[in-house]
Amino acid sequence: MKWPALGYLRASSLDELWRALGEGAQILAGGQTLLATLAFRLSEPGTLVDITRIPELRGISVAGGVLRVGALTRHAELGRDALVARHAPLLTQAVPHIAHPAIRNRGTIGGSLAYADPAAELPACAVALDATLVLARAGGERRVKATEFFTGLLTTALEPGEIIAAVEFPLAGPSQRTVILEVARRSGDYAMTGLAAVLDLGADGRIASPRLTFFGVGEGPVLAARANAALEGRALDATAIAAAQAALDADLDPPADLHGPPAMKRHLCRVLLGRALQSFTPATEQAA
Amino acid sequence: MNDMPTPASIGLSREDLPNSYIGRSVPRPNLPKLVQGRATYTDDVVLPRMLHAAFLRSPHAHARIAAIRTEAALAVPGVVRVFTGADLAKVCDPWVAVLDHLKGMKSAPQHPLPLERATWQGEAVVAVLADTRAAAEDGVAALEVDWDPLPAQTDMETALDAGTVVIHPELGDNLVFTRTATKGDVDAAFAAAHKVVEATFVTGRHTGVTLEPRSIIADYNRADGTLTVHQATQAPHMMQTVYAKHLRMEEGQVRVICKDVGGSFGIKVHVYPDEVAVAAVARILGRPVKFIADRFESFASDIHARDHRIKARMAVEADGTIIGFDVDDLTGIGPYSVYPRTSAMEGNQVVNLVGGPYDFAHYRCTTRVVLQNKAPTCQYRAVGHPIATAVTEGLMEMAARELGMDPIELRRRNMIRDDAYPFTSPPGMRFEGLSHHASLDKLLEMVPVARIRADQEAQRKRGVYRGLGFAAFIELTNPSPFMYGIGGARISAQDGCTVRMDPDGSVVASSGVTEQGQGTEAILAQIVAHGVGVPVERVKIITGDTLNTPYGGGTWACRGAGIGGEAALQSALALKAQILEVAGAMLQAAPESLDIVMGHITDRATGAERMSLHELGRIVYFRGDTLPRDLPRELVQTRHFITKEYPFAFTNGIQACWAEVDTDTGMVKLLEHWVVEDCGRVVNPLLVDEQVRGGVVQGLGGALYEHCVYDERGNLLTTTMADYLVPMSAEMPDIHVGHVETPTKESLLGAKGAGEAGTAGAPGALMNAINDALAPLGAHVLEQPFTPARILAALGRF
Repeated sequence: MKWPALGYLRASSLDELWRALGEGAQILAGGQTLLATLAFRLSEPGTLVDITRIPELRGISVAGGVLRVGALTRHAELGRDALVARHAPLLTQAVPHIAHPAIRNRGTIGGSLAYADPAAELPACAVALDATLVLARAGGERRVKATEFFTGLLTTALEPGEIIAAVEFPLAGPSQRTVILEVARRSGDYAMTGLAAVLDLGADGRIASPRLTFFGVGEGPVLAARANAALEGRALDATAIAAAQAALDADLDPPADLHGPPAMKRHLCRVLLGRALQSFTPATEQAA
Repeated sequence: MNDMPTPASIGLSREDLPNSYIGRSVPRPNLPKLVQGRATYTDDVVLPRMLHAAFLRSPHAHARIAAIRTEAALAVPGVVRVFTGADLAKVCDPWVAVLDHLKGMKSAPQHPLPLERATWQGEAVVAVLADTRAAAEDGVAALEVDWDPLPAQTDMETALDAGTVVIHPELGDNLVFTRTATKGDVDAAFAAAHKVVEATFVTGRHTGVTLEPRSIIADYNRADGTLTVHQATQAPHMMQTVYAKHLRMEEGQVRVICKDVGGSFGIKVHVYPDEVAVAAVARILGRPVKFIADRFESFASDIHARDHRIKARMAVEADGTIIGFDVDDLTGIGPYSVYPRTSAMEGNQVVNLVGGPYDFAHYRCTTRVVLQNKAPTCQYRAVGHPIATAVTEGLMEMAARELGMDPIELRRRNMIRDDAYPFTSPPGMRFEGLSHHASLDKLLEMVPVARIRADQEAQRKRGVYRGLGFAAFIELTNPSPFMYGIGGARISAQDGCTVRMDPDGSVVASSGVTEQGQGTEAILAQIVAHGVGVPVERVKIITGDTLNTPYGGGTWACRGAGIGGEAALQSALALKAQILEVAGAMLQAAPESLDIVMGHITDRATGAERMSLHELGRIVYFRGDTLPRDLPRELVQTRHFITKEYPFAFTNGIQACWAEVDTDTGMVKLLEHWVVEDCGRVVNPLLVDEQVRGGVVQGLGGALYEHCVYDERGNLLTTTMADYLVPMSAEMPDIHVGHVETPTKESLLGAKGAGEAGTAGAPGALMNAINDALAPLGAHVLEQPFTPARILAALGRF
């Protein structure tokens, strides 16, 4: 299908952006979801406001104890950035799972988080890493935890007139372990189920602060509270993994979709949980 | 064998000539234009005063059209006219897609746009014509239609039940066609059998997904009363007939032009009501009208295929000898049989092809073809073959397991002997010459079975489940009029080629077969260059224009090389003979003493160059006064070819698939795939291998990923490339291709079809590989596509 007739406006600064945002305006960043919805006529904004030339929304830096990733950071940039690899390696691991190279070259982290697709990798990573989103509006900004940001299916805490300016990630400590796993029908597809796993593994082999976050199984990223609680403080071994798998069921309420029924998704989540934790065990690390 | 000249009798030295192009991997001459973006697809054609069509499509699987209000749509800027079914019925007659030789077949009249009811979700109902496609879509959005939704018939299992929704009440029921083939005494033979294996197989409804969607421009010129249609089609002459017949014109008033086509796979050989609507609109408006289907429209209105449920039994002796097959096939085809080839062919092919590679005595196979409120199905690459092959070969592996026999040995024991031809199969298919045993031997040279079995054993101990599956198959190619012509359809089984030499010694060949990206024009150029004796670069090929090519059937059912290629070879040889006669007069030599090699007249005995074709052309075309007065000098020859002895040229082959199943996630990883096929003479090994590989990928796609999913109300759930999964290169295995060549004796060229072999065998081979992997776990899957959900369910994992 063809796009509906619409206006296009390019903002070159935040001030210009605030003046442009109004009734019927839709922010355009990487456009990897938005442009397809225009072609399907699922959305008919009056004006597209292009924010890709706004310098304040760019850049990756470390300051004040956090890794700050500008909202306009493309997935491909995220994947090859040295600061990201050092301070938030889960993101580096996640990027190859995001769609295909052409999409990674255009799609942005801000766009992915704002769209909040429940099967997308970056929202889950933001939750798993306990990230904070910097939301800007005319005359100010506020900070919202990723766990509070995703409020439902394709919905977020963003208010009208507000945009994501950046995402702040806590710096990874030396004991942090991360992995992202998914089951996707084909490479680059949205995951049938996915898991972004973050935890600290002490020298004593005990787990601290586990943040297993599943995606593709609910209305947004699912931080598996009970499974995480089952792991907290325990030695990472088969018993701990089994306990977490047993606890996981109560964390999940996956919908049926084209790939299969909820019971299959629950099963796949247990499999991914097992595989993720297995990958952190010393034997596995040595073998790798 | 007909009275066609043999290579020896006409002195064609196939292997010795420097310009021996048959059997050589010549790069495709039309490739640069395709990869440089200089091809001419239908959408690249822009005509003066052209309008664009968009269609309002039914949101319901079945609904009465209560009212259509067009005022708001007509008020949209750029919108020119709106047409309903009633408007078009004034200029366009409906069609009924049945064939006389399919006894008892019935279907309902179909109009370009329905008059009263929409019968599948996605059926075009109203056409909006505008200056641009975008404006036409705005117009569609402004249409107001009152629908009275009706209950939908979506489950083929209940289509014939009493009290079910009868989609066309005037037909009495939903049964379109049924046929049973029998041979021997199945009931008695099965009762006495050592063992009977049985299973119910399901093949998933899927579609062809061409890169270029369906595309058409129809242009009715009131000044000369002609309709010119630019269309992405496989069969221009067939479409010419269709437009003429239903728009009440003479065939000679209709011209169909088909330039570059971006893939077809059978999808573009059918009559689509929205495309006929475009022609009818052009007829009314006297303006060119363009319609390019978008991807959503493709999924909802391109033909689907392979929606079958097959209950099948096979009986065997204790030594593995096959006693017979007993098969019940049920297929749902949508609300109409598709014009003009009909939607009964696929089920009919299942009846013809089950058990195809094997020699056995007892056979019973029934197909029932029923209506549903879903998109119509029709012929898609390898029509019926992947279904028949999966059923046959699935039963073979089950029997091997039950008997404790090696599946290769079981096949070898039952395959028709290579010296048994001619051979008539239980359902009555006549085989001129096949090579099952030679193909199996060749396959076993390529597949390291012992190494694979050792690896399989070792991996199982580590909890890794790998499987090796085989699938032997036969494929029907080079169809005679027995396929469609005898049923009353004006679908040509013969094809022609005109070859001419121009003054500079270059050669132009126009052919009735068509090119959709597979390389038809490349092999025609090779054959003509070979036949005339010129460098292949000196040959230009014209296809896809009913005004400028000999009458022919086009490219489908693997007939391009076998039929079109033979016509090209015969016309090229005739031109060569004509050139040598002229040359003989010029050189005062007997024509038999001369030859043409790489564009030069040579002395046949010594190879010495006597004259260039360029020089010969100069004299013939500009100094004809210097030639003997009575010398024939028409450097243009036309030959047509049709098969005569056999209704079809069957090919054969065998595939092997090596795959790994992740028993925790249900994911299948394709490790390696092998194909040996016998398409007779291989004209271009590179193109044949890529046809086989592409066919394998499409077969694997249907077996693993591709699925048109409907809910129980008839809503299509897979309408984007994100939901309808096509196979991608990252998931595809290395595909090794080997050949056995058993040329058909019906033609000098000896070529049979090569385009569908890969698709015919791949799903069965993969199914058997998966089930071989799962065998130690006591699980198996028989319902395609083999999704993680189905595999996990079979394993009892959730």
